Amino acid sequence: MSEFENTIHTICESYGGDRARMMDIVRDVHEKYGCCSGKAMNLIARGTGAHRVEVQSVVTFYAFYSEKPKGRVVIRLCNDIVDTMFGIEHVARAFSEELGIGFGETTADGRFTLEYTPCIGMSDQAPAALINEVVVTSLSSDSVRGIVRTLRESGDPQKLVRRLGDGNNAHKLVRAMVQNGLRKKGPVVFAEMESGNALRKALALSPVEVIRDIKTARLRGRGGAGFPAGMKWEFTRAADGDRKFVMCNADEGEPGTFKDRVILTERADLMLEGMAIAGYAIGAQEGIIYLRGEYAYLRKFLENVIENRRRDGFLGKDILGKKGFHFDVRIQLGAGAYVCGEETALISSCEGLRGDPKTRPPFPAQKGYLEQPTVVNNVETFCCVARILEKGPGWFVEMGSKGSPGTKVLSISGDCNSPGVYEFPMGVTMAEVLREAGADDVQAVQVGGPSREIVGPEGFERVICFDDLATGGAIVILNSSRNITEMARKYMDFFVEESCGYCTPCRVGNVLMMKKLEDILDGKGQLSDLDYLHDLAETVKTASRCGLGQASPNPILTTLERFRPFYEKLLRTHPKNFDPSFDLRAAVAEAEGLVGRKSAAIET
Amino acid sequence: MTDSITISIDGVEIPAETHHTILEAADKAGIYIPRLCAYPGLKPNGSCRVCTVLVNGRPQTACTTPVMKGMVIQNETPELKRLRSNLIEMLFVEGNHYCMFCEKSGNCELQGMAYRLGIKTPHFPYLEPKREIDATHPDVLIDHNRCIFCGRCIQASKTFDGKNVFQYIGRTRNKKVGVNADDGLGETDFAATDRAAQVCPVGAILKKRVGFKIPIGKRIYDRSPIGSEIEVQPKDAGSAQ
Repeated sequence: MSEFENTIHTICESYGGDRARMMDIVRDVHEKYGCCSGKAMNLIARGTGAHRVEVQSVVTFYAFYSEKPKGRVVIRLCNDIVDTMFGIEHVARAFSEELGIGFGETTADGRFTLEYTPCIGMSDQAPAALINEVVVTSLSSDSVRGIVRTLRESGDPQKLVRRLGDGNNAHKLVRAMVQNGLRKKGPVVFAEMESGNALRKALALSPVEVIRDIKTARLRGRGGAGFPAGMKWEFTRAADGDRKFVMCNADEGEPGTFKDRVILTERADLMLEGMAIAGYAIGAQEGIIYLRGEYAYLRKFLENVIENRRRDGFLGKDILGKKGFHFDVRIQLGAGAYVCGEETALISSCEGLRGDPKTRPPFPAQKGYLEQPTVVNNVETFCCVARILEKGPGWFVEMGSKGSPGTKVLSISGDCNSPGVYEFPMGVTMAEVLREAGADDVQAVQVGGPSREIVGPEGFERVICFDDLATGGAIVILNSSRNITEMARKYMDFFVEESCGYCTPCRVGNVLMMKKLEDILDGKGQLSDLDYLHDLAETVKTASRCGLGQASPNPILTTLERFRPFYEKLLRTHPKNFDPSFDLRAAVAEAEGLVGRKSAAIET
Repeated sequence: MTDSITISIDGVEIPAETHHTILEAADKAGIYIPRLCAYPGLKPNGSCRVCTVLVNGRPQTACTTPVMKGMVIQNETPELKRLRSNLIEMLFVEGNHYCMFCEKSGNCELQGMAYRLGIKTPHFPYLEPKREIDATHPDVLIDHNRCIFCGRCIQASKTFDGKNVFQYIGRTRNKKVGVNADDGLGETDFAATDRAAQVCPVGAILKKRVGFKIPIGKRIYDRSPIGSEIEVQPKDAGSAQ
């Protein structure tokens, strides 16, 4: 066996040759060789009993994996809307100039690759980039020169971290320049906690009573959809299965969301306590934290938290002396795919497959991970769970609104004086949120990311809760200088790039909506285009297979509804059957090239 | 064990068995719900979304949704017809479909569906992607220009043939059907006699050397419109207009 074969064989063996661990195997191969080549895919197939094309289907799905070699240092510049607002174009140009390559390219010496990546969860310290696994924040064109110099000299992105961030960002297992920006601590998630308090109370109850408490607290999923957590648990508990699973969705990818990053950094214990309580309640012994690849820098730290909890008897066998209650947790890293935040896609990814959502029914509560009953909840939801058990459902429902008790952790960024993470009681008005964030010039707020809605001043008395302004946590503030239609274009571009491509409406419909929007922004639009967009949006919303597709027309629909004049001023009325988006000159250019002369019929 | 229940489709009560999907129950009752990716005997993919119906008012794909007692299903509404037309047009403009010189013309389910829905030409712009043709296999070729990502070949190779020749690779617009080899279908254990070679609804997987054996005009959907094999009272091609 060659050394290459040996290494890949060893990697496969380290996961027991289990093809369900394909994400980890491919990741390890990448860490070693910078890509997962055809040769490597053949060896992985052999080492796991999978077929080559199945390995390839995984490698080609995730943005952080590649069949072709990439640079030893991969610079992924975040091109989210907030980064754009704060000068990413200058940063991008500086990187290009310093490295002598464009985006999507690798330097001839194989040292550097330059790419764009969607929101990496650093909107409050934008522009930001991921350099291999190291997060670099608050970039400027000036800092880029120093960064490239350091990387050329050392080849080690960790050398870029000179000043450590606050809190656990400075922990020896994190050592990141990331700042928590935790500006408002609330009583549920960010209050002080003592490990074990909630778990002890839960274990004094029966599992059914624990679920009853969660239901009495009317806890709804904090990822954004707001599904009642107690109901989810009840279904899962009732479902038949040899094994059951608790999954924590730490794949916050909704542009403008970064609150889970701060919870993971500062309240991982609370989250893990909630997961163990869920395990007890539904009868699961295994938990998985699906951590987005962008947050890989937190992995060692989180593993340490898990290890400490095992040591303290909060995880493992006979937890806190409760005979027969076993529960343990592992981390599954993602690899750059927004769609994996959708719970069934997340499960697919954990199973070592492409991050395609699954057909529903059956729902995860019936058949989830490895076809077993599975609960998937968000990071923040598990924190709420622990606090509800610790302090009681009565305490929890005292806060917030009737339909949405408790607090909500918001990630606020964009045009305001104090971007960062805030824990508000549910039911807070948008005006109050804006006031606390120090936003005085506000044209619009994107609430809940591009999947949700844009709100103008007429909506600032609306309240944050699942029955009005629902959000997984993203609040992006736009001042009066911002171009609303351009923002819609960028968000549509995001959905085009992040669609898994499984179903027709999302895969094709978004491209078509994007093209029309570009025509309009190019001044080639006409009034009837708005009907065309509405019709397309209706098909995409109605026919798409998962939440990503169903929400993807929202950047256009909500801006059309609330900022229609922005569109109308770009549109003209044309004679019937005249298509202003048709470019005659471009259409004949190839033929002109072939015959070697200009077409006489076209006036210039 | 199966239980017999009743569901309603467009106001017509039909019997169904609890292990059936809506699509299967409708087929048995002679009611045609348009579909492209579903194929008898294969696990439904639910990827084309053409069989979207309203179940108690909510959109669901008929091919993946199990029947439940008392379901009220809407199939032939103007809104659903519009939605299906849009989906079919999307599939046309997404690839490179030149019916006039495609060997599959007349036997093509995509083309048949367009005729049934009264589509003459898409109102969406053609995306004109650059896609490959894989002619490495001695007996079968894959023309990716015509692939509509229904996934039938992937499932059929697994389920019917006990092989694993195909799988999706890439994502979003770059998604395609990949083959289980470094370099083309010719390196796989695929055979022209595989069921996976017969199930392609369009002209993406074609057998070599048999092109145009049956002349245009005498092909499946030249004789009767798609769906008439299921419908109790077949419609003529023009009735959808």
